Amino acid sequence: MTQTLATAPRALPTPAPRSSRRRRGRGALAARIVAAGVICGILLFPLYWMVVVAFSSRAELLGGDLRLWPRSWTMENFQRVLSSFPVITWFGNSIAISVVVALITVTVSLLAGYAFAHLRFRGSNVLFLVALSTLMIPVQVIMVALFQLVTTLGIYGSYWAVILPTAASAFGVFLARQFMLAIPRDLIEAARMDGAGHLRVFTRIVLPLSKPLIAVLFFMSLLQSWNDFAWPLIALKDNSLFTLPIGLLYLQGQFGSDYGATMAFALLNVTPMVILFLVFQRYFVQGFARSGIR
Amino acid sequence: MTLRVEERSAAPAGGEPARPRESGPRRSRRRRNLGETLAGLAFLSPNMLLLGLFVLVPLVGAVSISLQATNGFGSGRFIGWDNYVRLFSDGLFWRSTLNTALFTLIVTPVSMAMGLGIAALLNSVLPARGVFRSIVIVPMAISGVATALIGVLIFDQNSGILDKMLKFAGLPSIPWQSGQGAAFASVVIVTLWWRVGFNMLIYLAGLQGVNPGLHEAARLDGANGWQRFRYITVPMVGPSSFFLLIMNVIYSFQVFDIIFVMTGGGPQNATSVLVTYAYDTGFVTRDQGYAAAIGVVLLLLTLAFTAIQWRISRTRDQVE
Repeated sequence: MTQTLATAPRALPTPAPRSSRRRRGRGALAARIVAAGVICGILLFPLYWMVVVAFSSRAELLGGDLRLWPRSWTMENFQRVLSSFPVITWFGNSIAISVVVALITVTVSLLAGYAFAHLRFRGSNVLFLVALSTLMIPVQVIMVALFQLVTTLGIYGSYWAVILPTAASAFGVFLARQFMLAIPRDLIEAARMDGAGHLRVFTRIVLPLSKPLIAVLFFMSLLQSWNDFAWPLIALKDNSLFTLPIGLLYLQGQFGSDYGATMAFALLNVTPMVILFLVFQRYFVQGFARSGIR
Repeated sequence: MTLRVEERSAAPAGGEPARPRESGPRRSRRRRNLGETLAGLAFLSPNMLLLGLFVLVPLVGAVSISLQATNGFGSGRFIGWDNYVRLFSDGLFWRSTLNTALFTLIVTPVSMAMGLGIAALLNSVLPARGVFRSIVIVPMAISGVATALIGVLIFDQNSGILDKMLKFAGLPSIPWQSGQGAAFASVVIVTLWWRVGFNMLIYLAGLQGVNPGLHEAARLDGANGWQRFRYITVPMVGPSSFFLLIMNVIYSFQVFDIIFVMTGGGPQNATSVLVTYAYDTGFVTRDQGYAAAIGVVLLLLTLAFTAIQWRISRTRDQVE
């Protein structure tokens, strides 16, 4: 858990006994640099192109010739998008929903993780397996029944229709349990001997030791919720409740092949997460490395 | 697979789950056990309430709805297995199943091979490895909808940059939207772009557990780069491969965002998969009972696939 996936300290080049070997090593290094450069160039190009199109004028985009660099940069796409759609509202919705989902996920996963890692009771293994197996259920399997349930509960048409069904994360529970198994049992036993209740042990001992776990859980669920699409598409009926991905699809439906506008909005959608992702890469990487659950 | 990861990382944690408690006379221990059971259930209850209410209850509901004839939303009429029987003669269902299988069979091995290749590259001596790694994984932060729309932009048949490049290079243009095979290929390519970072990350973690001395020994024995990759790297990342195999298959069975936004299942259902077909049936044509039946079949396929992989890997482990 504490092992980071950051690239390991680079091995010092071993002194080569002969110059031919050193030359060959240098050639191989050059080949690797070229390969890495080409791969990264290909992977980056779609993002670069999104930025270029977002800042290009319509006339520029309609030109038939191949241009990889626009003649001029313009903000007109952003202005058009911001004046035609409640983008600020959608931004607010995305922030509100994903932050609340992340907070709930962190809370319930920590609690459950503690129970699975440090409390012994009958049925704990079965419950853990049940929680894990929900990973394999795509929302499309249960969407019809879930839709009826959400309507019955009277939360259809509110944020909660998206928040509650996506807040419990089997992966979060799994991650929390794994992490908490690494907290020495003796520490917990000692506190129990001193008369501390489970809640007190949890808040005074386990939580302070779980800060990296909390960060991983928070960022992972924030990212998933921010980018979530299939269920919000069903659960959000009202334009004013849309999150950014749903708004993006809606906008594309309205603007059709106006790629400048679509990409300007796509850029608004992805930029906050890309920045968070790069800044807090360590936590995202740990989360992904443990899961792959989307 | 998750269990396997668990076993691996649980080992150094030092928690022996089955260790009996020695302290205290029997009666107080029993009372304590009761207390611990109650505490356990209390700690679990928020999570179990959410999972139970919003996953397990709807799951039972889905099975029940799949046995009904429905007319829009609202209560349906019980018709037994008719929805499932209807699947057998539904050409679009078979097409979607085939497409799901084809998509899985292409995306899983290709994304794993690309992930391993890039991970091996980034695990070697290379300047600015951190930057390269960040670039490879950054697509994971992009939403599926935005990814798909970037795909639409690039693969546009009339004004897309890819077509302009092909024309510039003197190559014929490709009907990415109207051609069935080309449309399928475009969806696969966009998915690979989105997924390769995840595969790379898992393999990179696996590679960092491989003793570099092995490579050095093989090099001294005269093994060339490919041989070292084939006979040392590939076997040593076996656990990562198993984990990725399951993850990629589960993901591929559930691929929705990219296909729904990029092609909507077209042209002529060439990219229709089970999840998009279930969505269209349930929320566009509003044939809820039938949509639920498609979903149940999808779930059974996922379970069967996972179980088979699990069994194969377990026998393999026993042999080794």
